[in-house]
Amino acid sequence: MQVIYDWFLAFYERTGINLSFIYDNFDRARIIKGFWLTIELSVITIALSIVVGVIGAWLKGARSGWVRHSVDAFISIFRNTPPLVQIYFFYFGLGFMLPRVMDPISGTMAPMVTNFQWAVLSLSLFAGAFNIEIFRSGMEAVPRAMVEAADSLGYTRSQIYWHVVLPLAFRNCLPALGNNLVNLVKTTNLAYAIAVPEMMYAAKQIWSDSSNVREMMIFLLFAYVFLVAILVYGLNWLERALRIPGYGQMGGR
Amino acid sequence: MTQPDRGFVSLRDVHKTFGAHKVINGISLDVAKGETICIIGPSGSGKSTLIRCINALVPVDRGSIHLDGIEVNTPKLDKLALRRRVGIVFQQYNLFPHKTALENIMMAPITVLKQDRAEVEARARALLKKVRLAGKEGAYPGELSGGQQQRVAIARSLAMRPDVMLFDEVTAALDPETKKDVLTTIQDLARDGMTCLVVTHEMGFAREVSNRVYFTEGGLIVEHAPPAEFFSNPQDPRTREFLSQVL
Repeated sequence: MQVIYDWFLAFYERTGINLSFIYDNFDRARIIKGFWLTIELSVITIALSIVVGVIGAWLKGARSGWVRHSVDAFISIFRNTPPLVQIYFFYFGLGFMLPRVMDPISGTMAPMVTNFQWAVLSLSLFAGAFNIEIFRSGMEAVPRAMVEAADSLGYTRSQIYWHVVLPLAFRNCLPALGNNLVNLVKTTNLAYAIAVPEMMYAAKQIWSDSSNVREMMIFLLFAYVFLVAILVYGLNWLERALRIPGYGQMGGR
Repeated sequence: MTQPDRGFVSLRDVHKTFGAHKVINGISLDVAKGETICIIGPSGSGKSTLIRCINALVPVDRGSIHLDGIEVNTPKLDKLALRRRVGIVFQQYNLFPHKTALENIMMAPITVLKQDRAEVEARARALLKKVRLAGKEGAYPGELSGGQQQRVAIARSLAMRPDVMLFDEVTAALDPETKKDVLTTIQDLARDGMTCLVVTHEMGFAREVSNRVYFTEGGLIVEHAPPAEFFSNPQDPRTREFLSQVL
């Protein structure tokens, strides 16, 4: 490894292209940590946003008008405001209203909810609001007759949802869901605004110290291309794995 | 609760309106246990609605519906208890497309009745054999023809061990050859003593298989009689006109 680091240092001295995040131990540690934190943010928010979507879509079909309108209000708020405003609202608006608690490790008073947790919460709700509408449209594409058949066999409302509607709706909405999740991964870098040291934040710290804005920007661009490519590959795999022979394709019979 | 004067399935003065449209206008009928009846009539005469009232898929406005003592038209109805006893087969099969033929048959007994998986599977395989689809266990609905899907749908209903089977124009979407397979399956069931209510446009089937034929028009039963009598000597002019069009 030392050979590679030395080469990049020499490369910098020869060409002026400063890839400090490769040859410098401190910068390298920062960018690796940022990279993993971006992955962590993405994985957790993807999972939570899907949970929000599934539960929200289920509640949107509730008998109680009060429940349905609450879900609509939630969607309006989170879909119609910028995600950066949402993150600031949670961190500065709500975060400062909560009491501070004793941190057992440092022995000092610390916020009850950390900036990372606020970022997870607000990004999950943001993407979850879109997921509710996506799952809902997937559910509406499930033929009414399918529900009638399950109903006639004695299924309860929740059994119909879990065994019949959701498996079909999920397949119906996979392309739209994929788009939203790609957007979510790209939006995780807004956690930068509340000092969560994810990839973008780490890159910014490195270019402040090493004055290599140009190099870090190029790196960031390709790092996100790489991350999103992995997600898209996974989604395509899932779509193939869930494909039903003879269903939803041309010439299925 | 026994109803000595009534049939196994019995409807009394049933009414149903959709908006301003009166679909069922006071229908009464009785079906004895093990009997097969056919309901025929022009499109829009309320046949499908009538049959869907019996398993409470369509709530009625007025009148009473009894199934072996269970009153259907009451807010206290235990839908699960009713639907365990009544199977229904639809015109468009309505199989679950993400499950194989075998799984389609197994799902409801496992999910709804919480029955033992191995026992249900053995029964499902036997049912597939009974509807002459052995070998199609692993096929998805999209890989089966319309007639095959319809027979899987019949097997799916039978897996719940119902006492009554409702058939809602089950051959209307099928081509003549596959139609025959489905009708034979229903005929076998009727012969085995299943109580069947069949809405159909198949006059040949009504004549051969049913114990009684009901002719409906405008939400009313115009005439009913055993098939030999019904087809050879229809009483009402409306029945005669309908039969002259379809036969």
